[in-house]
Amino acid sequence: MRNLIITILMFIPLIIFAEYPSGEMLLKKIDENMYSENIISVSTMIIHSRRATKTMKLKSWKNGDNSSFSEYLSPPKNAGTKMLKLDNNLWIYNPQADRTIRISGHMLRQSVMGSDLSYEDMMEEDEISKIYQAEVIGEEVINEADCWILMLTAKVADVNYQTRKIWVDKTKYLALREERFGKSGKLLKTTTIDEVFLVGKRWYPKKIMFKDVLKKGKGTELIIESIEFDANIPASIFSKASLRK
Amino acid sequence: MLKFLAKGLLRDRTRSFFPILIIASGVMLTVLFFSWINGYAMMLIAENARFETGHVKIVTRAYKELIDQKPYDLGLMNVNERIEVLSSEYPQIYWQPRIYFGNLLDLPDKKGETLSQGEVIGFGVDLFTDSYEQELLNLKEALSNGNLPTKQGEILISQEVAEKIGININDVITLIGSTMYGSMAMHNFTVSGMVRFGIQAMDRGAVIVDIADVRLFLDMEDSASEILGFLPKYNEDTTFEISSIFNKKYTNKDDEFSEIMLPLRTQGQMEFLLATMDQRMGMFIFIFIFVMSLVLWNSGLMNGIRRYGEIGIRLAIGESKGHIYRSLILESLLIGIVATIIGTAIGLIFSYLLQNYGIDMSSMLKDAKVIMSTTMRAQVTPTSYFIGFIPGVFASVIGAMVSGIGIYKRNTAQLFKELEI
Repeated sequence: MRNLIITILMFIPLIIFAEYPSGEMLLKKIDENMYSENIISVSTMIIHSRRATKTMKLKSWKNGDNSSFSEYLSPPKNAGTKMLKLDNNLWIYNPQADRTIRISGHMLRQSVMGSDLSYEDMMEEDEISKIYQAEVIGEEVINEADCWILMLTAKVADVNYQTRKIWVDKTKYLALREERFGKSGKLLKTTTIDEVFLVGKRWYPKKIMFKDVLKKGKGTELIIESIEFDANIPASIFSKASLRK
Repeated sequence: MLKFLAKGLLRDRTRSFFPILIIASGVMLTVLFFSWINGYAMMLIAENARFETGHVKIVTRAYKELIDQKPYDLGLMNVNERIEVLSSEYPQIYWQPRIYFGNLLDLPDKKGETLSQGEVIGFGVDLFTDSYEQELLNLKEALSNGNLPTKQGEILISQEVAEKIGININDVITLIGSTMYGSMAMHNFTVSGMVRFGIQAMDRGAVIVDIADVRLFLDMEDSASEILGFLPKYNEDTTFEISSIFNKKYTNKDDEFSEIMLPLRTQGQMEFLLATMDQRMGMFIFIFIFVMSLVLWNSGLMNGIRRYGEIGIRLAIGESKGHIYRSLILESLLIGIVATIIGTAIGLIFSYLLQNYGIDMSSMLKDAKVIMSTTMRAQVTPTSYFIGFIPGVFASVIGAMVSGIGIYKRNTAQLFKELEI
């Protein structure tokens, strides 16, 4: 009888951990939803700053992890502003001044168009499974969806956030909530997916709320109006010449 | 009595020459020091008022919390309407909206690529409605090259920045910054002129642009960082009085964007600097009176020894001790007044020279963070004419009062014995 109890006690942890899937597997599932070699999207960014709310519309083209191009369509004050990311370089074109400026150094930490996103956030690798290792640490219900709680730790040196805590929908494999921490362990940013939609076979965020914890304001909403995966994008769009076009 | 004492002092110069020399020197130093401190304070007030603080300043409460960072995104809105209201409520004050902004100045090459860059501090001021700001900032005198802006889209750059970055007149430069809402902003300006203010904090990196251009550039329509108020003549009590009334009326603790008025003295380091100067002046006068009293006490004692016989005879022929004591004090009063007049006159001559010519202190102010002219000048005010009387007369009288106590120690019964000697 005593041996039986000891045997059962020894197996209890195994039974508990057996319920948790592998963190790596969950990250790959998220990447399968979020990552595509070529993406064209149109989105609306609503910036709730400390004093006012500003709405901007932009169109983005993305090629792999290394190239992306965005053009602001509205409001008129910002229309025509373009951003180009090529490898680790970022350029911004301002139509009023007809100038292209490379964003580098401390400027990368500045906010994009006054939003809760920084240029560094824009520069980040899209496939999180490439830059983080994950451990499942629990489960919780978020917006009526059962979620795994994952603690991500950077496995490469040059990352914006050393650790992240994400709540992954058990069925749709999207990070419905996310907390991003700096090297000191300080919470820097949070994101919440408030609405998701099905694009082909992928679940994709429809409405995301970004919040820079260090910034006063009510956060930035990003609403995906349309998105096309594996789109045919001419290579010429990812060049400095296209900024002035 | 006075005439008698004055004659005595004139005829017996040993009684008056050294005390007058000592007091006149001290008074001269007091007047000069007072005028110099006064000039420094006035310069500090005037320079800071013109460039930074106004005589009073209106900002939002949120802006005030971070006022050193000049967060124009927390600035004032509906400024034109506000200035109309302020002008009717405080007609004696001239109101000027300003925008201060930190930026990157980018000089492009022929292809539009960055040739060189530098960080600058921008001043968005009203350059075209009237000439008030141009006069306030002394732009005509400060212009070292080119012309003042005559139309929108033109910019004035500090000579130092222009030389550092390699900018020439009529070059088109780009200012890169953030709008009031945080978006990246770029705006092209044509360099119309270069300025040199003689104020290190400004010459290190100031650019001056018309406020309408800055509003366009930073998406700050009808907004401003601050509204500065200028009285016809600075008066500290008035600024505190007006601010108190304004804040009772407009400051709302529950609204971080409600307005708050700040008198000049409460802004930045002004309180500390002005209070320190007041303390220094008070301390100087106190030390002067103390030291001079000691010196004159000693001088009085020496005089007492020299006039030992004279005082003895006066006592012997029946003059009361009190009368002699009072006459000595009266003598010292006369000496004090005469010495103070001489010291004040010499002090004023030096003060006026320092007021007109000044002393170049630029080498000592290379890293100054406070807006301050590099030429230090004295400022002669009506107070300069009588400030010397306080230490001059006091020191003389106190010295005589202390040394004269010896009269009361003379024993009348011993007088004839002493006089025989």
